Amino acid sequence: MRRGILTGERLVAVFLCGCVLFNYPLLSLFDRRVDLFGIPLIYVYVFTAWAGLIALMAWFTERRGE
Amino acid sequence: MLNGPVIVVASLLYLGLLFAIAWWGDKRADQGRSVISSPTIYALSMAVYCTTWTFYGSVGRAAVSGIGFLPIYLGPTLVMALGWFLLLKMIRTAKANRITSIADFISSRYGKSLLLGGLVTVIAVVGIVPYIALQLKAVSGSVSLLLNYPEIVMPGRSTALPVFADMSFYIALILAAFTIVFGTRHLDATERHEGMVAAIALESVVKLLAFLAVGLYVTYGIYDGFADIFQYAADDDRLRRLSTAIPSGQGYTGWFSLTLLAGLAILFLPRQFQIAVVENVNESHLKRAAWLFPLYLLLINLFVLPIALGGLLHFSGQGVDADTFVLTLPMAHHQEGLALLVFIGGLSAATGMVIVETIALSTMVCNDLVMPALIHLRGAALAEASDLSRLLLRIRRGAILVILLLGYLYFRLAGEAYALVAIGLISFAAVAQFAPAMIGGMYWRGGTRGGALAGLSAGSLVWAYTLLLPSFAKSGWLATDFLTQGPFGFNLLRPQQLFGLDGLDEISHCLFWSFFANIGAYVAVSIMRSPTAAEASQARLFVDALKYARPVGAALWRGLAKVSDLTALVGRFLGPQRAESAFADYAKRHGQVAIDALEADAELVHFAESLLAGTIGSASARVMVASVAKEEPLSASEVMNILDEASQLRSYSRELERKSRELEAATRDLKSANERLQELDRVKDDIMSSVTHELRTPLTSIRAFTEMLRDDPKMRLAERERFLGLVVSESDRLARLINQTLDLAKIESGNADWRGSALDLKEVIEQSVASTSQLFNEKGARVELDLQSGLPSILADRDRLIQVMLNLLSNAVKFLPLNAGRVCVSLRAGAQGLEVGVADNGPGIRVQDQQVIFEKFRQVGDSLTNKPAGTGLGLPISRRIIEHFGGRLWVDSVPGEGATFRFFLPFAPDNGV
Repeated sequence: MRRGILTGERLVAVFLCGCVLFNYPLLSLFDRRVDLFGIPLIYVYVFTAWAGLIALMAWFTERRGE
Repeated sequence: MLNGPVIVVASLLYLGLLFAIAWWGDKRADQGRSVISSPTIYALSMAVYCTTWTFYGSVGRAAVSGIGFLPIYLGPTLVMALGWFLLLKMIRTAKANRITSIADFISSRYGKSLLLGGLVTVIAVVGIVPYIALQLKAVSGSVSLLLNYPEIVMPGRSTALPVFADMSFYIALILAAFTIVFGTRHLDATERHEGMVAAIALESVVKLLAFLAVGLYVTYGIYDGFADIFQYAADDDRLRRLSTAIPSGQGYTGWFSLTLLAGLAILFLPRQFQIAVVENVNESHLKRAAWLFPLYLLLINLFVLPIALGGLLHFSGQGVDADTFVLTLPMAHHQEGLALLVFIGGLSAATGMVIVETIALSTMVCNDLVMPALIHLRGAALAEASDLSRLLLRIRRGAILVILLLGYLYFRLAGEAYALVAIGLISFAAVAQFAPAMIGGMYWRGGTRGGALAGLSAGSLVWAYTLLLPSFAKSGWLATDFLTQGPFGFNLLRPQQLFGLDGLDEISHCLFWSFFANIGAYVAVSIMRSPTAAEASQARLFVDALKYARPVGAALWRGLAKVSDLTALVGRFLGPQRAESAFADYAKRHGQVAIDALEADAELVHFAESLLAGTIGSASARVMVASVAKEEPLSASEVMNILDEASQLRSYSRELERKSRELEAATRDLKSANERLQELDRVKDDIMSSVTHELRTPLTSIRAFTEMLRDDPKMRLAERERFLGLVVSESDRLARLINQTLDLAKIESGNADWRGSALDLKEVIEQSVASTSQLFNEKGARVELDLQSGLPSILADRDRLIQVMLNLLSNAVKFLPLNAGRVCVSLRAGAQGLEVGVADNGPGIRVQDQQVIFEKFRQVGDSLTNKPAGTGLGLPISRRIIEHFGGRLWVDSVPGEGATFRFFLPFAPDNGV
């Protein structure tokens, strides 16, 4: 029971984190004409942050035991 | 290779495969071996979210607004993180109340209101029709593109053609037929379609693979990786802007609105509700879906921008619609197989959406629109019909056909003027209107039917005015003056700059005003009066859905009913046989043999109502049940009392369960403690009786001899000395007995004084043999030593070990034959320790006695007369000592051939082996 509540809290944290990562003003920091490995920075940023959030969610929901 | 027949055959084969999978899934479900009870399949089926809008439209939007298409997938990702709470609550509520659609959910929440269910259905149908039009547009567009291969010809304006010459019309009919066969073959009380879900999961895999294939081909086949495409794009100033910035027309507000809109859509689109809530088989599947579904979205979007840039670079200035790049890029490079795969992927995306969406909508239309109307208008005729299940199926099939034809109609009227994404967003904004009533309904008890009606009406009217009508106007179906001047020249009422609100994109604009009206009306009307009994009771069921252990609906009904009326009623809608078996199941669960034995109590009425609710919706079910059962209305305060009791009872029963568990544990502990005490008590009694018995023997003889000495003063000196000698030896025996009893008691109670030290066993044995040599001499016996030398030391108490050796040796002496006795003492090293043996050639010990001799006060002898000398405590003490040092003491003996007592002691730990 306790673990379920904790997982829920972690997922809410992921949600809030995502809300900040994918909105103004953080987004505007990466919205500039800079390339990373030849790929526009904003493209790299959005996909990396997105993948990171998914990894966090997977980690929080799939692991067993503490 | 790409020609008409190939395309048709490939499509039909693919649809046939889907159908086979659905049929197989249904069959397995009937056998109780569900194929979809896997969290992965659940997550994949949620990807029905990705329609042709994603498959073709994302690229189209990316070609206009760069990464502006991403919020449509970021929103759902974020909401899935909250799915743990939101979806879980929706699933629990829906299961507890047999809710089968979003209209049912809202209507049920606000007091099972027929009006509300109907309104939600109308909004959903009107809102979703453009979305279905979009699928038709995409499929017919992809077919006509392929038919012109190897030329790349944009689909002409099919609206110029008469309806019967228009391919889209036939595609709509085929999709309708397919959906009807797929989703409405039989009536299910829970509205679950396991086969359909399995097919949808497969479609999700197909469309993802197809899209990834194109993406990989464009990125790594045509170009040389991501960096290469972006490099080409960077040289073109127009493209450079696309790939680097949040689009200027959209801005951060637009980005935020889209995220919010898509996040709401993932919860409230009828097809998402159907898949995520109604078709959910196990709520724990949510965990996997929470990350796997967002991962799916990420993968299907990874190559969108490269494809868009690749298309723009390749088709620059050729008038090729960006919505078609996914298909036209492989065609332009003559990749026929890939083009066909893309077409099948697009078909997957379209059919998946159309099947689930129209099934969900047809359930709503049937349960919340047509049935209430029929009951209202022709209630008497319905009451006479014996089996309405066929009628229900016909209504649903009709609804599917009508919805698809409406989609076609919208396509004819407005579809051609709009890009795919714009059409999809109109639908998203429509279903977003459900959010206040849904979320408010799940978390706020104060929301009332009036509030929900007001909010939904206001919100959807604003939506229609600011988004739907302009879509007609832009397609030329309405005069554009309406947009630029406002209706009848009222400038303030311009639909896309309402009240002069300027500077927002049309989606943000619509979202702001519609939510302003929707939430405002919902809250304002709700707080004008307190909820009625029906509203309050439903509010409690929904808001506290996670608190009730089991559905409490039955407790909220009071009245009179007859079992036969209820079975007949349910039979009319589900078919008599299915109703019969459902009631028989119910009877069995309640310990009754037959349906006739059931009592028409509140629980049975509730059961009948929930059976009906699954088939005709909760509001209609309530009306139908009310027609055969006489309900006494409950007042609001009574309802509250019942619900309070239900939730209090639950917490009491939890407390009680916890207490009784603790009590059980305590009882178990006490029981085992008691058993141990009884055992100890018995042991104590045994010892007491043995000890007193053993003490009495020497005492008796001492007393006898001393009495003889006292009573006979003339006794001869020699006689007197003999008697005194006997008294002394009996006293010794008494003293020894007492010492050993104390010793044993000490060892057993754990108070004995042990001194562990590393010692040489050989030296201990030799000393013991030396100190008993007198005993052996007296009996004329021989002692042989067979001791290995140079052995590792062991850890033990030297005095205690000598005590053991002395005991074993003196035991051996007792049983040796006179003058022919032979004792052999051996010492050997084993793998883990040392083994000592004391072998004699006495009479041996019978097998049945070999354990007995290690018990306290147990000496082995045939009778009292030949009872050996000794206390009967030596061996038990020796065994305890050896065991204390981690060893074992045992005896090997063949009667008649002597006995060998052996003990084993492990090496001292630091010695190793």
